[in-house]
Amino acid sequence: MTTLKYDTVIKNGLVIDPALGFGKKAYVLIKDGLIAGVERETAALKKALKNIPEDKFIDAENLLVVPGLIDVHVHLREPGREYAETIESGCRAAAAGGFTSVCCMPNTNPCIDNQETVKFVQDRAQNCDARVYVFGAITKNLEGKELSEIGDLVSIGVVAITDDGHYVQNPDIMRRALQYSWMFNIPVAQHAEDEYLCAGGVMNESFQSTRLGMKPRPAVAEEIAVLRDIALARITGARLHFQHITTKRAVNAIRLAKKEGINITAEATPHHFVLTDDEIGREFNTNLRVNPPIRTAEDREAVIEGLIDGTIDCIATDHAPHSEEEKDCEFDQAPSGMIGMETCLGLVKTYLIDKGYLNWADAVRKMTINPARIFKLKGGTLAVGSPADITVIDPNRKWKVKAENFRSKSKNSPFIGYQLSGQAALTILGGKVVFKR
Amino acid sequence: MSRLSSRHLLGLEGVPAADIQLILDTTETFREVLERRIKKLPTLRGITVLNLFYEPSTRTRISFELAEKRLSADTVNFTTSTSSVKKGESLRDTVQNIEAMKIDMTVVRHSSTGVPFFLTRCMDANIINAGDGAHEHPTQALLDMYTIRKRYGTLKDLRVVLVGDVMHSRVIRSNIWGLKTMGASVALCGPSTLLPYEVEKFGCDFYTNLDEALEGADVVNVMRIQLERQQAGLFPSQREYTKLFGINRERLKRLNKNYTIMHPGPMNRGVEISSEVADSDRSVILDQVTNGQAVRMAVLYLLSGREEGGE
Repeated sequence: MTTLKYDTVIKNGLVIDPALGFGKKAYVLIKDGLIAGVERETAALKKALKNIPEDKFIDAENLLVVPGLIDVHVHLREPGREYAETIESGCRAAAAGGFTSVCCMPNTNPCIDNQETVKFVQDRAQNCDARVYVFGAITKNLEGKELSEIGDLVSIGVVAITDDGHYVQNPDIMRRALQYSWMFNIPVAQHAEDEYLCAGGVMNESFQSTRLGMKPRPAVAEEIAVLRDIALARITGARLHFQHITTKRAVNAIRLAKKEGINITAEATPHHFVLTDDEIGREFNTNLRVNPPIRTAEDREAVIEGLIDGTIDCIATDHAPHSEEEKDCEFDQAPSGMIGMETCLGLVKTYLIDKGYLNWADAVRKMTINPARIFKLKGGTLAVGSPADITVIDPNRKWKVKAENFRSKSKNSPFIGYQLSGQAALTILGGKVVFKR
Repeated sequence: MSRLSSRHLLGLEGVPAADIQLILDTTETFREVLERRIKKLPTLRGITVLNLFYEPSTRTRISFELAEKRLSADTVNFTTSTSSVKKGESLRDTVQNIEAMKIDMTVVRHSSTGVPFFLTRCMDANIINAGDGAHEHPTQALLDMYTIRKRYGTLKDLRVVLVGDVMHSRVIRSNIWGLKTMGASVALCGPSTLLPYEVEKFGCDFYTNLDEALEGADVVNVMRIQLERQQAGLFPSQREYTKLFGINRERLKRLNKNYTIMHPGPMNRGVEISSEVADSDRSVILDQVTNGQAVRMAVLYLLSGREEGGE
């Protein structure tokens, strides 16, 4: 019997891998950037590890060891708005948040509707602290008029298409997008908000928008958009992914459609399961301006319900950096979006796990194997032979969100000042430590 | 001297009854000054007031400016219809530059909700909201309330109907909060497309039938209807609006005997209100304008924190 050599061994951690149905104290063995094993402590293992020097061990006592987290909804802003974020800084933020893979959205400048720009992003992502998967545009320049060269995009590694930020308003174009993407077996990711119903809207429609006299983006805009696209998914058989679902009726519609067997998946963001729209009138914090908007308590509960029963498959952040200058203005003039990668894990722990809605395995599933399967990404599991993308979580670390601690170039988070529990302690990408707190 | 509980007037929502009472009582004093031959007091001498108007306004701006001048404040006007974003300078930079010239109080009107609050975070000056988006216009509501109180001696238990574009009216919102705090009974009336979402949560009665709304009311405060609402598809035509929601002599029969007609202006005569009603002896529309100046003098005086009142 030959002695196994491992490059790194993570010991004493509670290993949670929903894909393997694993949730025990174990050793995670890494060799050549890949997972070489997840094993319980036995005499045989101890013997095998005997010759491995001490400095190759990572002690994860009292910590969780999970597959590297995946965020399927991130804006990296490069090319075009490098002052707000770059691929490099966004990946640094990802690593600090415990994410080893991110999917970047195509609303850059130029927009990701062509091979050149995909290649540019892929090139810039080399040697960054996270894997970057690219979503291409459904339509040229995100205009909702003509399909992008989707085949071309898929051929160089685009994993999904989306006009994120814009709903594909024309149902005929959306139908064609679903039909066409079906050939390539990639999901179409939709930002589901009817633009006519949202025209000029800056916050959720509720008594809060009534009280503040602000133009609303009604819940029914999401419901209608979701129902229309479910109907189109039904007749095309294509794979449809709903981004950031926020309303009770949209969650219900997706639940029913899934029961019917329609090929759809959905994600929800931390800000939609944590915040409610009555926050806005307190200080008009422009970091609360986001599309789709923060909704009512009832909607928030429905999103959590959808996360619990599996209607919502993924937790994604919609990390949307904007500079301080852009956000320091009138509420209705501010650009939409907030950063999210560095607060996600703490919000999941504090607002879903500590409240008893999800256990760690459920939460980790929605940030690892579910997104990996939907978008056919590497990893998402610690199965032998998978890339050694691993997140070590300190589940009970109490921490306060502070602007100066963000690694993202932008600080536009409404959670600044929040006291959270749970944070990434160590992030490993392809066997290499890319972040250590 | 009694004091207000805040050093700004951002809106009437949440403002305690004692503050409103104090403003209305103080208005009484200044209203009297306006009847004198020399309508000027030294109260705010040495205080500089900035009138920051990001939206076109004639009467509110003139009313504030005159109120400031009658109190001997130094005034400076900044008026622009282009938003700061388009101009390329941020709102924060604009106001901090002006404040660097030593401004004590700022009166602000802006098309965005929350701008008066925003200014409290970038200036040391006292902030007075002269209208922010469709949110609040507190001095207009205060002058409406003063005018009503002047006529009836109280606001308590009076039935006040606010008619018009509830959705877009900051005057209506401020009136709702102020009147409710002072114990009046408030009813809203307008086309269903201009009643905002969950309007019932204001805690007022609301109607889409004008005659029902007017039944047994003491005061009717008629709001201007803006033509662009029709263009946005919120009602079919001006003609139909007038037919359904226009106040005319015939409608007034349903009101209490001692009724009062109000309008914050500017009026579309023959649209939301007939000339006959607007010019009748029950109309206090011009009194509102005069009282508005006194209310603004009271607000400026109280917020300034100046101890030496009167002459």
